[in-house]
Amino acid sequence: MAKVTIDGIEVEVADGTTILNAARQIGGDVVPPAMCYYSSLKETGGKCRVCLVKVTQGSAKDPRPMPKLVASCRTPVMDGMVVQNISSAEVLEARKGVVEFLLLNHPLDCPICDQAGECDLQNLAYEHGAAKTRYEEERRTFEKIDIGDKIKLHMTRCILCYRCTFVADQLTNNRVHGVLNRGDASEISTYIEKAVDNDFSGNMIDVCPVGALTDKTFRFKSRVWFTKPLDAHRDCPTCSGKVVLWTKGEEVLRVSARKDQYGEVKEFICNECRYDHKNMKDWVVEGPRHIERNSVISQNHYEKIDLQKLKLEVDRQLTFQKGKQLPQSNTSQA
Amino acid sequence: MQLTNRSKLVVKKEMNFWERMYLPAILGGVMITIRHLFRRKSTVKYPEKTREISSIWRGQHVLKRDDKGAERCTACGLCAVACPAEAITMTAAERKKGEENLYREEKYASTYEINMLRCIFCGLCEEACPKEAIFLTDRIVTTDYSRTGFVYGKDKLVEKVDDRIDVTKRQTLAVQEFKQQKQLSHNK
Repeated sequence: MAKVTIDGIEVEVADGTTILNAARQIGGDVVPPAMCYYSSLKETGGKCRVCLVKVTQGSAKDPRPMPKLVASCRTPVMDGMVVQNISSAEVLEARKGVVEFLLLNHPLDCPICDQAGECDLQNLAYEHGAAKTRYEEERRTFEKIDIGDKIKLHMTRCILCYRCTFVADQLTNNRVHGVLNRGDASEISTYIEKAVDNDFSGNMIDVCPVGALTDKTFRFKSRVWFTKPLDAHRDCPTCSGKVVLWTKGEEVLRVSARKDQYGEVKEFICNECRYDHKNMKDWVVEGPRHIERNSVISQNHYEKIDLQKLKLEVDRQLTFQKGKQLPQSNTSQA
Repeated sequence: MQLTNRSKLVVKKEMNFWERMYLPAILGGVMITIRHLFRRKSTVKYPEKTREISSIWRGQHVLKRDDKGAERCTACGLCAVACPAEAITMTAAERKKGEENLYREEKYASTYEINMLRCIFCGLCEEACPKEAIFLTDRIVTTDYSRTGFVYGKDKLVEKVDDRIDVTKRQTLAVQEFKQQKQLSHNK
């Protein structure tokens, strides 16, 4: 076991846990954002750099600080480590810079993009980015590609998190897509546009943090905030069958896997559940899906509040607010 | 309990001869009428004459086209989610090859309806629009005998290519300032 302090909060975690996962055990505001790390896929992380944190004390034995900001999703904790996330102005400044880099080539076509409203990059830019762009050059563009007949790839929107290639690697038995070329010219390729027809290939859509991989059966059907998400399940021989139905009236517009509070899918679903059962009769509806209050999807959706749970959450946040040093507002220009 | 000193005690006393004739009272009433004849009128003879309205009057909506005549609306749904009266509905469609001069971006609104009976003309749709597609104009929504006539579709909302509606006065300072920064790549 190792004791770490993150933003003044001490937590004891198992050896080998990463800083990010230690922060997730605390929960709340101290959790660094992550665009490429995905807990249910092995080897992910270390690519997007938004989870950078400052280590002010390496360990109890060697209290020297780490010379540079480290990627919290790839750095294991040491006993006695002291980490600063939102309490460090340097981290916030660096994160702002990373968001600016991620948005350099992003087309910002949110009004068209089907991911808008549930997009990690949108949330990240809203919370950590600058309101204005300084970029004056031409953005890199790619042609739209159909990956199989159910997935549309907008390479222009991709931030190269590599999550989808890990899905292809780890969930399906033979990988048929990867990343070609290098640096600015990198692009997801299906190796001569070979169709992805594995049973679990549809999970690429769910793991994509941006709108680069979208469901063609849902393409332009509706904005997510006009749909009503319902938890549902069915008896499926290949997967757990636990899904979210995005409905409008009696019509099922889209089926997706259930994401947790960090936007990560724990139980992946098969393509049959995702694409072939767009009928309410095929599903056992459990009830409305809980949507975070700060999400645009919760607009006009009401749910019964559990008052005791709400009080616990408010108390938790209040004690947290008292115990920590509040982050400095980011004053750097543009 | 007495709240103010303005209350008057009503005395019911018998009227004298002149009061019973009612002539002074009638003349008094006629005088008031005559006095009002020479006052400035508080109404206008609509529709021959219309009242002067502000340049940022919030009247009937318009869906704008760009310089080349393509529709600006991409059916992003932000106006509908901003609308407090839930007056706006739309369905999106994908632009096909050859329609590039009709629609500005790859997605467009195949139907776009505003229920003018629901609309409260607050202008939040105009504020929410990221594409400068919807604006409220100084036109007044005309009356009708049936409710169905108040659901305005694209035929009534989209401006005609040869009959553009000027909205330059409605654009906020921030928008005008932003438009001048031509070096920014998404503003070209």
